[in-house]
Amino acid sequence: MKEQLIVSGRHIDILYPHLHVWGFGIPLYLFIGGLAAGILIFATLFYLMGKDKEYTVTVKIATIIPPIIIALGLLFLIGDLRHKAYFWQLLTHFRLSSPMSWGAWTLTIVFILSIFWPLSFIDDIIEFFSQRGRQKWVKVFEWIKTLIYDKIKFLGKIVDWFAKNRRPLAIVTLIFSIILGIYTGILLSTMNARPLWNTPILGILFLTSGISTATAAIMWLTNNKEERHLFTRIDFYAIILEMYLIFQLFFNMTQGPEIQVKTAEMFFGGEFTAIFWALFFVLGLVLPWILEILEMKGFKVPVAVPAFLILYGGLLFRVIMVIAGEISSFMPVPSVY
Amino acid sequence: MRYAMAIDTRKCVGCGDCVVACQTENNVPFGYARDWIVEIVSGTYPDTLKVHFESRRCHHCDDAPCVRVCPTGASHIVEGGIVKVTPEECIGCGACIEACPYGARYFHPDGYVDKCTFCDHRVKNGLDPACVSVCPTHCLIFGDLDDENSPISKVLRERDYYQLAPDAGTKPNLYFLK
Repeated sequence: MKEQLIVSGRHIDILYPHLHVWGFGIPLYLFIGGLAAGILIFATLFYLMGKDKEYTVTVKIATIIPPIIIALGLLFLIGDLRHKAYFWQLLTHFRLSSPMSWGAWTLTIVFILSIFWPLSFIDDIIEFFSQRGRQKWVKVFEWIKTLIYDKIKFLGKIVDWFAKNRRPLAIVTLIFSIILGIYTGILLSTMNARPLWNTPILGILFLTSGISTATAAIMWLTNNKEERHLFTRIDFYAIILEMYLIFQLFFNMTQGPEIQVKTAEMFFGGEFTAIFWALFFVLGLVLPWILEILEMKGFKVPVAVPAFLILYGGLLFRVIMVIAGEISSFMPVPSVY
Repeated sequence: MRYAMAIDTRKCVGCGDCVVACQTENNVPFGYARDWIVEIVSGTYPDTLKVHFESRRCHHCDDAPCVRVCPTGASHIVEGGIVKVTPEECIGCGACIEACPYGARYFHPDGYVDKCTFCDHRVKNGLDPACVSVCPTHCLIFGDLDDENSPISKVLRERDYYQLAPDAGTKPNLYFLK
């Protein structure tokens, strides 16, 4: 028997019975960052490959989402800070050793670029919605158009400049979006006190998962059959890669030092077994993957089902990783007397 | 200068004087503590049952992960290797709390992150930290590792010791004497 007990009275609720610093806001923010990064990666990549005529939704329409959700993510992020009045300190410092610092800068840059990307396509977006008879959306975007070109004229000038230099800016956006997607994983993996997070695979795993959620969002939005099939196929491979990376993550852990073996036990017989393997791995990864195979074989699968499951899986994966990571520890956490 | 602390687990009786002294000296808010005492019971009754106490606090690591992950530089290392937090620069993101293997950091009710400072305001004036100065069994030994004749250098030469979570790779500066 070995028991550790704090006998001096230390009732700090974020530390005991286990670490609980980051609430629901952080996993939600990581999900949003990955999704936005994925959508922008596809938009800029397909634009650079010259496919913007064929895949309108990917390059032009879906990019309406990133600026909106990044703004939401920023709200969650600031909402999660405890010393909110000093938020601006983040923007007066740049520290390479802290992913929280360069990640905040990356997010700011991607946020600005992501606002101008869809704005520079505003005529195409209005045309897209009017062709499909979505009058409400046409009105919204026409209002935005008059706003930037007639009311706040310098914004219109920036948008025009953006449209003229779209190719170099697409490259910049692509690079920063990839950094954003990787950063959501690295943010966790630099915490060397948390054995679950402290693995080099987390960056690429979160990027892959983010790309997978982005394909789900695009295939759900598009009504172009060819585009949907393409993204079903891309996601089919993304999920294979994600499953391999998860296998590699746990395989390495179970072969690793004692502390990582113990951490892996949380997922093999421990408290996270059911929620991870049943609710995330089967329901949020394997099931949509099978539905995608069926769709590629020619069965009629309503696209909303696999798309929803992938988005749900992506969010749940981050929630589990954050909570389980906080519980994983180098030292047994003493119980409080 | 390299400040460090040794805790003689043979002498510590777990009275909690160090905790109260720190709370008083540093105006630690009610319900919080920068240092704390852990009772460790191991073995089976009646043959191998053993009890010892550890007075724990920030380990003021040489390679402090909390300093590395801080996005604003609010967490920093001052002269003597003491890890400190500047409240006016702290945004309360919690990254340092996640990065600390020892659970030494917490959110002050005002929002910034608070922790043990090795009483640097006292140490600067040649005094011991508050916890060390009140310990009734003299089980806390504080001093400079660079000074060969300091009590801590002597005791670490003479006695066997262990450190907490050395495998976390933080190079901690708290030594627990066996």
